[in-house]
Formats: sequence, C-alpha cells, structure tokens
Amino acid sequence: MNNPAPDALDTFPKLLIDNARRIGDRPAVREKEYGIWQSWTWSEVKTNIFEFAAGLHTLGFSPGDKIAIVGRNRPRLYWTITAAQCLGGIPVPVYSDSVAEEMEYVLDHAEVRFVLAEDQEQVDKVMEVSERLPKLDQIIYDDVRGLRDYDKTQLHDFTDVQKLGREALTENPALLDAQIAAGSGSDIGIFLYTSGTTGKPKGVVLTNDNIIVTSRNSVKVDELTEQEEVLSYLPLAWVGDHIFSHGQAYVAGFCINCPESEETVTTDLREIGPTYYFAPPRVFEGILTHVTIRMEDASPLKQKLFHFFMDVARKVGVKILNGQSVPALDRFKYWLGNLLIYAPLKNTMGFSRIKLAYTAGEAIGPEIFDFYRSLGINIKQLYGQTEAAVFITMQPNGEVFADTVGVPAPEVEIKITDGGEVIYRSPGVFHSYYKNEEATRETKNADGWVMTGDAGYFDDNGHLKIIDRAKDVGRLNDGSMFAPKYLENKLKFFSQIKEVVTFGDQRDFVTAFINIDLDAVGNWAERNNIPYASYLELAAHPEVYKMMAENIEQTNADLATDSKMAGSQIHRFLILHKELDPDDGEMTRTRKVRRTVIFDRYDVLINALYDGSKSAHIKTEVTFEDGRTGAIEADVSILDVKTFPAVSKSA
Amino acid sequence: MNTAQNTGDALLSLKNISLSFGGVKALTDISFDILKGEIRAIIGPNGAGKSSMLNVINGFYHPQQGEVWFNGSLRGPLKPHEIARQGIARTFQNIALFKGMSTLDNLMTGRITKMNTNIFWQAIWKGKAEKEELEHREKVEHIIDFLEIQAIRKTPVGRLPYGLQKRVELGRALAAESKLLLLDEPMAGMNVEEKEDMCRFVLDVHEEFGTTIALIEHDMGVVMDIADRVVVLDYGKKIGDGYPDDVRADQNVIDAYLGVSHD
Repeated sequence: MNNPAPDALDTFPKLLIDNARRIGDRPAVREKEYGIWQSWTWSEVKTNIFEFAAGLHTLGFSPGDKIAIVGRNRPRLYWTITAAQCLGGIPVPVYSDSVAEEMEYVLDHAEVRFVLAEDQEQVDKVMEVSERLPKLDQIIYDDVRGLRDYDKTQLHDFTDVQKLGREALTENPALLDAQIAAGSGSDIGIFLYTSGTTGKPKGVVLTNDNIIVTSRNSVKVDELTEQEEVLSYLPLAWVGDHIFSHGQAYVAGFCINCPESEETVTTDLREIGPTYYFAPPRVFEGILTHVTIRMEDASPLKQKLFHFFMDVARKVGVKILNGQSVPALDRFKYWLGNLLIYAPLKNTMGFSRIKLAYTAGEAIGPEIFDFYRSLGINIKQLYGQTEAAVFITMQPNGEVFADTVGVPAPEVEIKITDGGEVIYRSPGVFHSYYKNEEATRETKNADGWVMTGDAGYFDDNGHLKIIDRAKDVGRLNDGSMFAPKYLENKLKFFSQIKEVVTFGDQRDFVTAFINIDLDAVGNWAERNNIPYASYLELAAHPEVYKMMAENIEQTNADLATDSKMAGSQIHRFLILHKELDPDDGEMTRTRKVRRTVIFDRYDVLINALYDGSKSAHIKTEVTFEDGRTGAIEADVSILDVKTFPAVSKSA
Repeated sequence: MNTAQNTGDALLSLKNISLSFGGVKALTDISFDILKGEIRAIIGPNGAGKSSMLNVINGFYHPQQGEVWFNGSLRGPLKPHEIARQGIARTFQNIALFKGMSTLDNLMTGRITKMNTNIFWQAIWKGKAEKEELEHREKVEHIIDFLEIQAIRKTPVGRLPYGLQKRVELGRALAAESKLLLLDEPMAGMNVEEKEDMCRFVLDVHEEFGTTIALIEHDMGVVMDIADRVVVLDYGKKIGDGYPDDVRADQNVIDAYLGVSHD
C-alpha cells in the first residue's frame, strides 16, 4: 500500500505506518509458540493490523464503536488495539481472569459491540452473559481449539476476519486511509477500567495524546531506543502494560515479547533477557525469595561463596551503580564476584541484559531494592496511576532511594494539599470517567488538577514520599496517627509474610491479620521437620505463630524509634485461616486489599482482636476458580506481642 | 439391548472373544465394535475384565477364542513391535512413563514408530536424521501446545504431580498419531478440577484430530457425559451395550453396579 507519511505522529495508526516505513525490518512482536520464538517485523505487523482492521470494517465496525479485548498477552490482542483505532473505534481491554459477572459489568458499561476473545474459555464467558448485553454484536476469537462446533453466525476466527480484510483491501487499497488521516491526538484512544479497589471499576477514558505524549516524554528521560526488548506479561487491561508494551513500544519502536503461557513466564524471561523490564514489587520479591530458598539448599561451598560476595555487593554494589568512588580492592572483589556469582545469578533470573527496570504500585522493601541494585541492576521506582497515563514521578539515575518515589516526571506539576493529599497536573491527565460525570468532577477539578487520594510529602531532597491512601490514614484513640499501609508494607518486607491487614482507626491500639507466604514458610517447615497438609494447617501451627510474633516484635522495636509511628506498634495479631483472594472479592485483580470487604467478612475476628479472647471461630464462604462456592471453617488463635516504649533516635 | 449394527464403519470389531488365564475366565464370549470417529466407553465394576479387554484390543493379549477385526482385516497374533506399529496407541491405568526423562523426550518416544532413519544417521544427527527429528519435534510441539503443558516441557516427569503425568501420557499416545486411542482410566485418582480438564482434553482431541477413542472409566458421570456409546462388562461378560441413556436405564447394569447377588 502506498500511504502518505502523516505530518504529525499523534495516533497509533500513524506511528505504525511511520515505524513500518522507518524500521520496517526490525522485529516488533515476538511470541513463543511451538517452543520457538516466532517474530513479526513492523511491516508485517502493519499488514496484519490493516487486514484485520479492514475485516472489522467489513463486519460492520464503524467509528465510535467499542471492541473489548479479553485474554492474555498475545500479538493479535495487541494488534486489535491499533486495528480498532484505525477505524476510529475504541479498544477496551478487559482483565482476562475476571469472572463472567465482572466481565459483564465492563462490557455492558462500555457498550461494546465487538469482542475479541483469546480462546474458548473467554468466548464461553462472554456467551454466558451475552443475553444481557443487547449492544453486543460480533465475537472474534484468536485460538480455535474447542470452538469448531459452535454456532458461527456471530462468531469469527481472527484469520477469517483478516481474509475478509485482505479481499476488501484488494478491492480498495485506500479503504483505511481517510479514517487514519482523520484521526488526531485529541481523539479518545482507549478505555482502561480501573481494577476497582473501591466499588465498581471505573472506565478511564484516555486520549491518544495522553498515551503518546507521556510515552514520548518517558522514552526521552530513560533514553529508550528501538533496540530494547521487553517481556509483555502483565495484564493488557492495566495502564502499565498499555504504556510499557504498547505506547512506548510504538514511540521508540522496540520489540515486545509475549510469553508462551502464564506458567512459563520465568523461563521466557530468561530466554529473552529483556533490556527494559517492569514488575510490581511482589514479582521482585518472589524472585528473591526463590533465590534465597534455592541457596539454602545449595552445597556449603556455594553458600559460602554466595554470602561472601553478596556482602561485597551490599557494601559497594550500589555505589558502583551510582558511579561513586570505591577503593580499588573492593572494585576488584566486586569484579571477581561478578564473574563467579552476580553474572550467573543475573542470568538465572533473566536479568543479564537489563538496562533499566521499574517497579511501582506498592512500596518495595529496602532490602529487596538494594539486593537488585547491588547486583548492578538499575531498578528504579515510579509513582503513577491510570488517570495520569502512569507517570507522575520518576527516579532520575543516581538519585534512587527505596523509601521515596522520585521527582515529578517531565511536564508534570505536583502539589500537596493542606490535607496532605498529593495532587498533580500533566499531559497524561485522563479525559474523563466514562459515563460518570460525578466521579470525574470529584477527581479532576476545573483547572485540570487530579486528586490522587494518596497522602504524601516531599522530603528534604525534593523527592516525593507516599505514606498511604489519604482516606485510610486514621487516628488511634490517643490521637496519634495510624497509617495502615505503612505498617503493612513494613511487615510485608519479611519474606515469610505475604499479606497483612492492620486495624487501629478509632481504637486503643493496633492489631493485624497476617497471611503467611506458603513458599517461604513451607520451605522453612520442611527444613524444620514440621509436617503440614494445607495452608490452613501450616498457618495455625504454634511455631509459625512464634516466628510471626518475632517478626512483629522486631517491627515494633523499629517503630518505637520513630516518634510519629511509636503509637502504631502492633499489640495483637492473628494468622488468617485462608489466603486473601481476588475470587472472593477480598482483593482487587491487581492484588490490593479491599478494606471494606475485609471489615465486613471478618468482623468476628476483628472483634476478637479487641475483646481480649485467645481464639475465635470463623466460617468463610470461598469461591473456586470455576465460580462455585464452598465454606472454610476454622478456629483462629490470637497472640499478644511485646511492645516497646517510644525512644527518640539518637543522631 | 441396543447394539449398533453399523459394521460398515467399524474401525474395530470383536467377535465372540473369550480369554482365560489357566482356569480363570477373564472374558467370555464378548462381541462389540468401535465405529470410526466415536468415543466408546467400556465400564464395569472392579474385576469385570475391562483392562483385559483393552489388552485384547491392542493385541497384547491373544484371546483363545474369537476374532479381532481391525481396520477391515482379521488380525492374527502380534509380536510386540507389530503391536506398536499397527496404529493403536494407549495410556495405562498406573502410568507408564519414563520417569527420569523430560516431558518432551517422553513425547518424542511416542514418535518412535514413525522414525525411518537408522541408528547410524541418528547418532551423527546429520542430513535426513536431523530433518526427520525436526519434523517430529514440530508434531510434538503442537501436542504440547494442545495439552497446555509448555511449562513442563523440560521437567523430568517423575517430578510432576499425578494429574500432569496423566496428561503427559495422553500426549505420548497422541504423538503416535494412531487410528485408535485407548485410554485406561484417564481420570483415576484425579480431583474434580483435574477431571474436568481431562474431559475437555479428551473431547478436544476427538474434535480436533477426529481420533477414535475407547476408554475405560469408573466415574459414571464422566462416561455418560463424554461417550457416544457404552459397553458394560461384569464378571467377564457383556451385560450392556448402547447409548449412555439406554445403558443408564438398563436393569442388568443397575444390578451390577448396586451389587445384586448373582445366582
């Protein structure tokens, strides 16, 4: 096709045409299939997207129509985003692990006419609720398996749609040109539904400019080029993936790699060796836990070497990464350590080629953060949200700290309100919440400032520090501040603790629910000859309780040194009989705790924490993956923990 | 009783089969057929002779009486390597994988009857042998993708949980690209979720590759859901044969399962 070069690259279709022209032979997408990494160049991607877009057109997709995209990270799902935009339509990615009712809400709210579903599982879910979706017209699937006998009147194979498109394009090669040329930066580009930490998910409407300008700015700051390789494994419906795997990839022209399946991500990570990588803190935590566990099973010599060189790395690694001066002997030891330990370790983790790694979403433990940085992995934090098209603050090279999230990203203004809430204004600020004027007004004021709902402050060197959700910050009865998230994050830095929920607002003292980390505690149990059959049994074991009490005691001692937090020491705790689970509505799909749900479901246990009882009986409904429900019953014991008098930190 | 008289399309016909081990009569005068492209279940209480039946079908046991017609011709006694090459693949009740080998290697062994190059070429792995192995690997990779076992491709099967081993075994049987697939209690020892997965795989195999499947199963729910036709054995005799609904209503079958005393 002979497309005129667009004068301004302000939409994804225009960027696509430009990339295909400039770097047409470079890989744009890879996916591991049949054991081999298959790749598509930018020109091939353009052909695929155009054919699919033309096919959609033939099926009746018109400007303003919405197409839901349901499934894991696969090339065709990413292509659908741009294909819909080629026709002036709006892609709506949906979390693929949401159950049918959750999906129904989004599909209904977004008024989708088309759905692209990855496979039979997703098609079944959509069909289950399709009767209640009057707007829904056509469903297209990527993987045909199991779908051969389905009624095909409104169901199409992706390749068949592409074939339709190929025919339409042969007839009229300029079919898409006018619509693409008419697209502009201020057009609505995509709906991204928030995971709904509080209540129903909200559809965040983002313009092309929101995504493209923020991508461009961040690509510039971090000097990303078309040489980067990223692993696209986070949910497509999440703004982070949309920026890292789509926005930045189109702007910089780099290659995204789709894993073979959800279970193979670690292997795929090692094979690809990304140069640019994003993961929420729990992934980095998980990798570190895994390394620690495996080292505990290694031979004594290997353990000695590992610990010796990790001490060296801890001492000088971060300094070397920051470009500070280090004595020659230490530099030599670090070099040797790299040869023997760090390089092989990074290779096992898949971080051999890493230039830049980001983490965000939750606070990351200082030990975890320093572990990676001491190995020479430039891991940084950023602070962002869907409403900002991710970037609010970023950490510049050389100014990376574990407890702050950095300085404002390019073109971002930040203010702290009198109430302590962080608010910002930027080119990424969202257009509106779809069909929710009221929420839009509550979040974004007339001047374009957005309330983050996070409490925070700038520290002495100008870096933003986030403490908690503004509305979650409460007061103990004695008037001292209670920041639950701050406490929970502190406790979650222990590898044996997976999740914590603390209570204390309008109470006399602070208490906590704990979820143990089954991997870490399970391994510990194995080495200490503690038999267990299930999470429930391990969680109730007295030795596990003892270990948790020690962890909390250590945290209390630490809190006692902070005048602001000394009152928040944890007096009593219990270990929950089940893991908090998104399927039960206790967490969001991005694994953030839903406090109101917890207050509601576990009020028996919360009361027991405050009435002095030694144990409590609880019965909880649980939802299995296939949607059926059952119940878990247990007696949960409650333990008191030692607290410390407040001491002022000397120095 | 509802015996399908559709021998024109029969892939396998058993005529008056009797099998005994010394004085023990394992099977007595059993006749039934398996049509091309159907899922045929063989059910019955413990010791009814189901596994013996399967061993007769794949030629491992040779019955003292009766005829086995497979793919249009009468079959005589077979040597072990002939059993493997005739086009019948199977899985076993108690899993017979190579525990120390990876999933991938186990699946590759399923292709062994399709390999044509000799040991010399395979040893130096050049030319024809290399090309051949790549072709087989591609077939195997399709099966890995199909059964969703990518994550355990390189894992020794001995380290896998039972349900996954069952799936690998199904994969190896599929790799042989047989005309007839025999599954000996594919869902035994599985939890509900694993059973559901396995059912889906069996149905998908049937739909995707059009493979004719004969399976032994204890779980009546599973059988009634996925089988086209069911044959019921009890004490080595056939006591029922027909469509699932008919078999479910058959008094003899109900008696056998509820344990009514035999005279």
